[in-house]
Amino acid sequence: MMTDMTEATQIQALTKKDFESGLDVRWCPGCGDYAVLSQITKLMPKLGIPRENFAFVSGIGCSSRFPYYVQTYGLHTIHGRALAIATGLKVTRPDLSVWVVTGDGDALAIGGNHFIHALRRNIGVKVILLNNRIYGLTKGQYSPTSELGKKTKTSPLGNIDQPFSPVALALGAGATFAARCIDGDQAMMAAILERAAKHEGTAFVEVLQNCVVFNDGAFDALSDKTTRDDTRLVMEHGKPLIFGKERNKGIRLRGMDMEVVTIGENGVTAADILVHDENAAHSGLAFSLGQFESPDFPVPFGVFRDINKPSYEELHKQLVESARAAKGRGDLQRLLNAGETWTIK
Amino acid sequence: MSNESVTARPVEELDSVVIRFVGDSGDGMQLTGTEFSKAVAKAGHGFVTHPDYPSEIRAPTGTLYGVSGYQIQYSSSQVFTSGDAPDVLVAMNPAALKTNLPDVKRGGILIVNNSAFTAGNLEKAKYASNPLTDGSLQGYRLYSIDISTLTANALADSGLGKKEVGMCKNYFSLGLMMCLYSRPVDKEITDIEKKFAKKPKVAAANITALRTGYAYAEATEMFAVSYQMRESTPKPGKYRSITGNTASALGFVAASEISGVPLFIGSYPITPATEILQELANLKHYNVTSFQAEDEIAGICSTIGASYGGSLALTTTSGPGLALKTEAMGLAAILEIPMVIVDVQRAGPCTGIPTKTEQSDLLQAVYGRNGECPIPVIAANSPSDCFDAALEAFRIAVKYMTPVILLTEGGIGNASEPWLIPDVASLPKMEVKYRTDPKGFHAYARDENLARAWVRPGTPGMEHRIGGLEKDALTGNISSEPLNHQIMCETRAAKVAGIARDFPPSKVEGPAKGDLLVIGWGSTYGSIAQAWQKASAAGKSVAFVHLRHLNPLPADLGDIIGRYKKVLVPETNLGQLSRLLRERYLSDVVQLNKIQGKPLMVTEIYDRILELC
Repeated sequence: MMTDMTEATQIQALTKKDFESGLDVRWCPGCGDYAVLSQITKLMPKLGIPRENFAFVSGIGCSSRFPYYVQTYGLHTIHGRALAIATGLKVTRPDLSVWVVTGDGDALAIGGNHFIHALRRNIGVKVILLNNRIYGLTKGQYSPTSELGKKTKTSPLGNIDQPFSPVALALGAGATFAARCIDGDQAMMAAILERAAKHEGTAFVEVLQNCVVFNDGAFDALSDKTTRDDTRLVMEHGKPLIFGKERNKGIRLRGMDMEVVTIGENGVTAADILVHDENAAHSGLAFSLGQFESPDFPVPFGVFRDINKPSYEELHKQLVESARAAKGRGDLQRLLNAGETWTIK
Repeated sequence: MSNESVTARPVEELDSVVIRFVGDSGDGMQLTGTEFSKAVAKAGHGFVTHPDYPSEIRAPTGTLYGVSGYQIQYSSSQVFTSGDAPDVLVAMNPAALKTNLPDVKRGGILIVNNSAFTAGNLEKAKYASNPLTDGSLQGYRLYSIDISTLTANALADSGLGKKEVGMCKNYFSLGLMMCLYSRPVDKEITDIEKKFAKKPKVAAANITALRTGYAYAEATEMFAVSYQMRESTPKPGKYRSITGNTASALGFVAASEISGVPLFIGSYPITPATEILQELANLKHYNVTSFQAEDEIAGICSTIGASYGGSLALTTTSGPGLALKTEAMGLAAILEIPMVIVDVQRAGPCTGIPTKTEQSDLLQAVYGRNGECPIPVIAANSPSDCFDAALEAFRIAVKYMTPVILLTEGGIGNASEPWLIPDVASLPKMEVKYRTDPKGFHAYARDENLARAWVRPGTPGMEHRIGGLEKDALTGNISSEPLNHQIMCETRAAKVAGIARDFPPSKVEGPAKGDLLVIGWGSTYGSIAQAWQKASAAGKSVAFVHLRHLNPLPADLGDIIGRYKKVLVPETNLGQLSRLLRERYLSDVVQLNKIQGKPLMVTEIYDRILELC
């Protein structure tokens, strides 16, 4: 049994298999969620965290079945509330590695309030948002990320709700780590998840994920090897934002706006291309990138922002320490006797 | 100045008195009332207060809806309520007089700030003529005093502006009242110095106003007599004045300290529950984490997260917030994790009247969730009782691995009374066990109380997944098997019903059988107890039971009900406990309902008792 081993040997001994719960996975065959499950269980043994110190929290939706499939502590809760629950867990148990797996409906519609407030607080929770731009579990209604004009069961004449960019929303709420990847690109996903796992504070990762039943092909242009070089912008810290099959297109800053330019045309040189800075103190450029949409702009992938800021639980710990330094560890009898008292003999 | 100068006037001895201070919400009446009750407490008298204020922070001055009040009853013997009809009304303006006069005892004392009786204020209060001069107050002992001018004159050299001087008049009225009721002012002066330590000019002005009020009452011999409370003989020990919300907060800290388990509160501010969050936010040097959530739902959800992590976790709210927490309460119930949900009830429905008290969330607490979702419900019956109720709530939560709803009321949360401070060593023990042994572990295996084990994440070898989906009766894995669901629903119901096995026999005051049994819960305790005392003294065959536990009800209650010809249930709602009792015992109880945002009065209950037996 695990408990008979020392912690060190236990961590070393663990493999991907140890993190699989063995429960039948009930996602549709071909669902993009499988790729995320596979990458996360592959990552976990590498993090040096004992298995029992992981807790996965989810809400409701296809993505929220996730905790059942990992062999850690798991809490499958109610629609939209995973982040609020994870916040209570993390602030009282900062020793745990707390992960929230959510979807575009769960996090951005019913749970939108908890989403922005978790990010603003910078609570140390990893948030993996599986964005398939549709409600899957209720069988095909438009979601907060469905594109304009999309016809679904509840928008038979076309969707007139303006979609959110989850990354831009996260950055607007003060995200200290925001990244995007896609289910089909496992190498990139692995690298991003690993960085998210090690980030202090809220780490937000949007995974574009294909729903084979209700929104199949939504991201084909971004995953198809013949088109993806022209539709994707893969961001790398310290490197110019260049994309395209010929690696000759790039992003140039013009005043406050970003524009797509071609190197070698109209006098544009490689030196004109904006260099990506994940650590920029101001989130403005990352926010602009977060709003890029096809077909006018390439869809950015990679890390938009990664800055250091104390996490909520760290600030809380400091509050407690300073309160105890100032007042000493509280004594119950003294507390009950506080204020004005009088004695009756 | 001290009380040896009070004197030549005849002193009348009293057994109890009810005083109400009323004015604009900006007049400082809550402060005057609080300070007066402190002075009374120091003399060892029993007292109960009832703050009554509008929802508006500063309603337009002089308006009928902007009137703020503070009532205190104090007595030489035990006091149960803040009193029915005031013996004395201190009114700072026409609107305050108009809205409160109907409550005052005929022949009672009116102390009125006549400088506020301007044409404009009289019109705002919808007075056709000035009641101070038109003879309409003939049935009362009216003391019409120019409090504003007297205060302003006394503070002419204080160096304060007109507005600040105006704010000192509450201390003038306090001084008046302290003279009338033979209370020394020395201690109050020390308090003012402390309270305004950072503003010495304001402190000096308030002290002057206090002394001036006192001296005015004394020198003008305006009061024909002064009053002295008969000596009190309360239980010996150390006392403090405590509000229900503070007592709840202290009870929760006590639960944490005696169990050694960290306390977590996740709450969203809401009247009249906010003070519990505020109190606990200030106690981080204890084992307390306070979290102000983004909404009511996040309040309870963070509480669920903290409980899952192994904390004694609670969330606080009032009626509308409890409605928002409904789905999450279902999650806590199906997860079978311990936590406490405090509902400091206020007048509903919806936003209702936020600052007024009511007992109208009982059915919401007992039944207000989807599915078969039993949750234990208990209620506090007075401000100081909140301390014991808070401890009891966590005792049940932890022993039975269940969320528990603790009902208090605005009228308890904000009211204060003397509290005999308990000795920590005498508090009930609370044992908390986390399971750490993975051998034979199943998430939903149960002990003799049908409680499952509390397992903290981080415990090696026991990783498991649970959630809001129906689960297998043993392993906790998802299950939608028909028979399993029935077993789970019945087990959850049986677990909560079984909590009644712990309850001590119900305390019946009065004869063991007879004509009438009065059953109450919550804040009506004081009024019922006093009405019962009065009726018993009048030779009526009446008994009285007050319920701590509303769900489950005490096991012996059915037998007790059967021993009386009639049952009377007074409540400040339209009959919610009555409904529960009828449903459970098929007893045709008689209702007494008042739903005016005000406490039930002793006379209202007493009169009904006389009609029934």
